[in-house]
Amino acid sequence: MKYVLMFTSRPDLNASVDPELGQAVYKKVYEWFQENGDKIADSGAELLGVETATTIKHGDDGPVVVDGPFNEAKEIVGGFSVIDVPDMDAAVALVKTWPHLELPGVAVEIRPMVEDYSQFE
Amino acid sequence: MTPAQPTDGLLARTLREESGLLVARLARQFHDFDLAEEAVQTAVTEALEAWRRDGPPNNPAAWLQTAARHNALDLVRRRSRQTALAMRLAPAPEPVEATYHLEGDVPDGHTDDRLALLFACCHPALAPEARLALTLRAVVGMTTPQIARAFLVNERTLAQRIVRAKRKIVTTGIALSVPADDVLAERLADVLAVVALMYNEGFVSSDGLTQDRDLAGDAVWLAGVVATSLPNEAEAWGLAALLTFQHARATARFSDAGDLVLLPDQDRSRWDHAAIAAGEAMLERAAALHSPGPYQLRAAIAACHATSPSWAETDWLQIVTLFEVLTRHDPSPVVRLNRAVAMSQIGPQEVEPSLHAVDELVDRLDGYHLFHATRAQLLTRLGRDDEAAAANARALALTANEAERRLLATRLHRHPLTDGS
Repeated sequence: MKYVLMFTSRPDLNASVDPELGQAVYKKVYEWFQENGDKIADSGAELLGVETATTIKHGDDGPVVVDGPFNEAKEIVGGFSVIDVPDMDAAVALVKTWPHLELPGVAVEIRPMVEDYSQFE
Repeated sequence: MTPAQPTDGLLARTLREESGLLVARLARQFHDFDLAEEAVQTAVTEALEAWRRDGPPNNPAAWLQTAARHNALDLVRRRSRQTALAMRLAPAPEPVEATYHLEGDVPDGHTDDRLALLFACCHPALAPEARLALTLRAVVGMTTPQIARAFLVNERTLAQRIVRAKRKIVTTGIALSVPADDVLAERLADVLAVVALMYNEGFVSSDGLTQDRDLAGDAVWLAGVVATSLPNEAEAWGLAALLTFQHARATARFSDAGDLVLLPDQDRSRWDHAAIAAGEAMLERAAALHSPGPYQLRAAIAACHATSPSWAETDWLQIVTLFEVLTRHDPSPVVRLNRAVAMSQIGPQEVEPSLHAVDELVDRLDGYHLFHATRAQLLTRLGRDDEAAAANARALALTANEAERRLLATRLHRHPLTDGS
């Protein structure tokens, strides 16, 4: 089954992170993708900072362009990847090894990907 | 709905023995957990009606299996008709055959099937409040109205919660299988927590609201199923032993007038001594695995009480030692409060240190009536009557503020202070 992983973090907590630890974790991310290559369907993308975000919203008179991310939550999405594993337990086990989870405020959301479009027909 | 009948106990036992197995088996045969669960649920409802009306059939298991299979096929037919209708409206490029294939029957008593189902229903990706509800329906064979009555929740809300949880199992790929070894311990902890909660909730509802199901008894049974299916898991035996001991004392917990009787005052001849012996055997099995944990420690404490001829003759030193170890696994304030109570029983010289230990918990337990009730008892024993009276008043005020009797019963049971368990 394919799942999309959405990597989020809390920028307000970044200051509390020891820079050396932050560096070490960042290095481990590369290894993580190497080690789990067989489970990763699409390594996805890492995103530039949330300050670069622009959102296009529904407006009564047509789409409206606004500065900033689509929600006001403290968590920001920093990237995404697609994994392909047998079941939810495998997905959870893999995500638990995500190096950034050592850092406070980091969370990874797992969402199954729609693979069978017949359900919408 | 037909009112509760005297034969309900037999029906309930049959339903809990059979329905989980049937859900697991049909889910495999039809490759559809949702359909299987629905089919069995309908069969359970039909059984409750028919068996109460006509008396239990000669072979209840076969009756239920036939009904469930019939319902499953019926659901498949209905869905195929809907699919066929949809296809006529918007012709698909290729005709779609029914995707359900019947596989050969598996032998009866395939407990691993039921265990796999239980693990799926208790998956950490499901909302905590949905895990117990779904377990009761899919694994234990309770109906939605029965569960709603047991938890005093709206039937519709409960039904929606169950539907959402079932859908999540299917759509997110939660496997109907016993987890792999590397995650088994962690997943088992979630399963055991649900079974333990089921027992506690069962105690709360023992006021006749669910006469047609003995939830606490079902929890003892389910804990036994888990332990026998995973015989090398010490904590599974620990929970089975703990619930067996607690249930063995259940009959003595209420007076004839229906009042709660605490452990020191219970008539121990009313305890189920055969069950206590069974609990001891389970605890020995757990101990032989040399992997101690909180359920085993709680069970060992419960065993001290269950095998003691009287409150006065209780082996308090052993209980205190067990609490010491338990505190390392579970340093929660309520466990520490219980440890202090046990310590105060060792001798008069221990009452004052126990009071100090209790007082240290004030920040965490100030709003908890049993904290103040405990202080009152200890202060009385120290002859500090004025302070004791104040603490008692505080305990009573907190108790009187409990809007819901149900909540009170839950707390009494979850933290059965003077039971030390």
